[in-house]
Amino acid sequence: MVATALSVKNIHKSFGSVEVLKGVSFEAKSGDVISLIGSSGSGKSTLLRCINYLETPDEGEISVSGEVIRTLKGKDGKLVAADKRQLEHIRTRLGMVFQSFNLWSHRTILENIIEGPMHVLGMTRKDAVGEAEALMEKVGITPKRDHYPNQLSGGQQQRAAIARALAMKPDVMLFDEPTSALDPELVNEVLLVIKKLAEEGRTMVMVTHEMSLARDISSEVIFLHKGLVEERGAPSQVMRDPKSARLRQFLQMA
Amino acid sequence: METISNVIGFLPALIKATPLTLLLTAVAGVFGLVIGTLVALARLSPRRILSMPAYVFTFAFRGTPLLVQIYLVYYGLGQILPGTWVRHSFLWPYLRDGLWYAIFALSLNQAAYNAEVIRGAIKAIPRGQIEAAKSIGMRSSLILRRITLPQALRSCLPVLTGDLIILLKTTSLASTITILEVMGTARMLQRQSLLIFEPLIAAGIIYFTVVFILTRVMNVVEKRLSRYRTAKA
Repeated sequence: MVATALSVKNIHKSFGSVEVLKGVSFEAKSGDVISLIGSSGSGKSTLLRCINYLETPDEGEISVSGEVIRTLKGKDGKLVAADKRQLEHIRTRLGMVFQSFNLWSHRTILENIIEGPMHVLGMTRKDAVGEAEALMEKVGITPKRDHYPNQLSGGQQQRAAIARALAMKPDVMLFDEPTSALDPELVNEVLLVIKKLAEEGRTMVMVTHEMSLARDISSEVIFLHKGLVEERGAPSQVMRDPKSARLRQFLQMA
Repeated sequence: METISNVIGFLPALIKATPLTLLLTAVAGVFGLVIGTLVALARLSPRRILSMPAYVFTFAFRGTPLLVQIYLVYYGLGQILPGTWVRHSFLWPYLRDGLWYAIFALSLNQAAYNAEVIRGAIKAIPRGQIEAAKSIGMRSSLILRRITLPQALRSCLPVLTGDLIILLKTTSLASTITILEVMGTARMLQRQSLLIFEPLIAAGIIYFTVVFILTRVMNVVEKRLSRYRTAKA
């Protein structure tokens, strides 16, 4: 039996009076690649950000490798993380890649990658640099090691950001539209890296507009519509033969 | 010709007073930066018990003339302190010296100005970079130390150094409470020589020279620390 790497249960989230997520659940077994698709405003990015509590869900439960993020009910009846230290620890096991890269602009690429291993995991500089070099090789940015983020193209920055997330040796990688901010000719180099990670058997959850990527590497595709799961299943089934009219329409537009 | 030789004649005494001007600048500059950073963080706090006092502090110190502040500290504290336990403590010998009052007032004033600049720089840091730090499990104190402050201080460095140079010139106000830094010395020379302009011209030359050197040094520091923004691909 394969262990559950990530479990997302009944997530609700509102911003003001707008209910963005109305109870979404899914599970990722170790090695699964889950793609969240849907039109903008469907709540897919918010759902991803609820997984590592960059947005605190109002209701629901997240657990990573069997460990539940502990929560309390706040005054307004919404959840708050009960134990900051526990949340920080769980975050180290969730690597996140953002749409806009979010590299630290005052640090070089190498420094970006070793920051977490050294200052959060407490590794020595020598070990951290050794691992960073292997990761830079893997994503193909070794020549940029001592450059600052603003000297790199978007594709290079995103690959560096992937290396930074991998450096924490996370159990699950979260990708939030990793290619949406890239010029078309740079999309492919990032997709290749993501595919490579999937082939290695990494557990990943990604929000994406790249339907071909979702089709090629996902073990499950989840189509969100207005904060609810409208349809889900293996890509071969969901994307070739969608049952819901909305998904059919969405796939035609994409 | 006589004027020029008089001016030159005053220079040695003023050069001797320059270290005190530099000391006032350096000490008030460092305290101003440290206190200013803390005040900026307090102002950005969601807790009103922190942000309100910080707001009042910056508003009060930026809203009144420094000379008023120096007089208030010097005559005000100078009147209150002798009536308290401080009069009999080991601190008293120091507190009789006007220098401490000047440093106190200059530091707080500088802190108020620095706080506003630093607050703006912290607010300007892209949210995504903070989220990236959170996402790898950094705790907030670490994010502050490793991401927020290094970046904020670098980005507002040109303004901070500008304020430091203004501070250097502002230390001349310390002469009003008996401190013999460059300006105080110039005024003493005026009284001794009964010459009005020459000591002032000599003082002006000294300030100008120091400011010139300081500007150059700061330019080099700025260039080094802002490489991450200016470096070419």
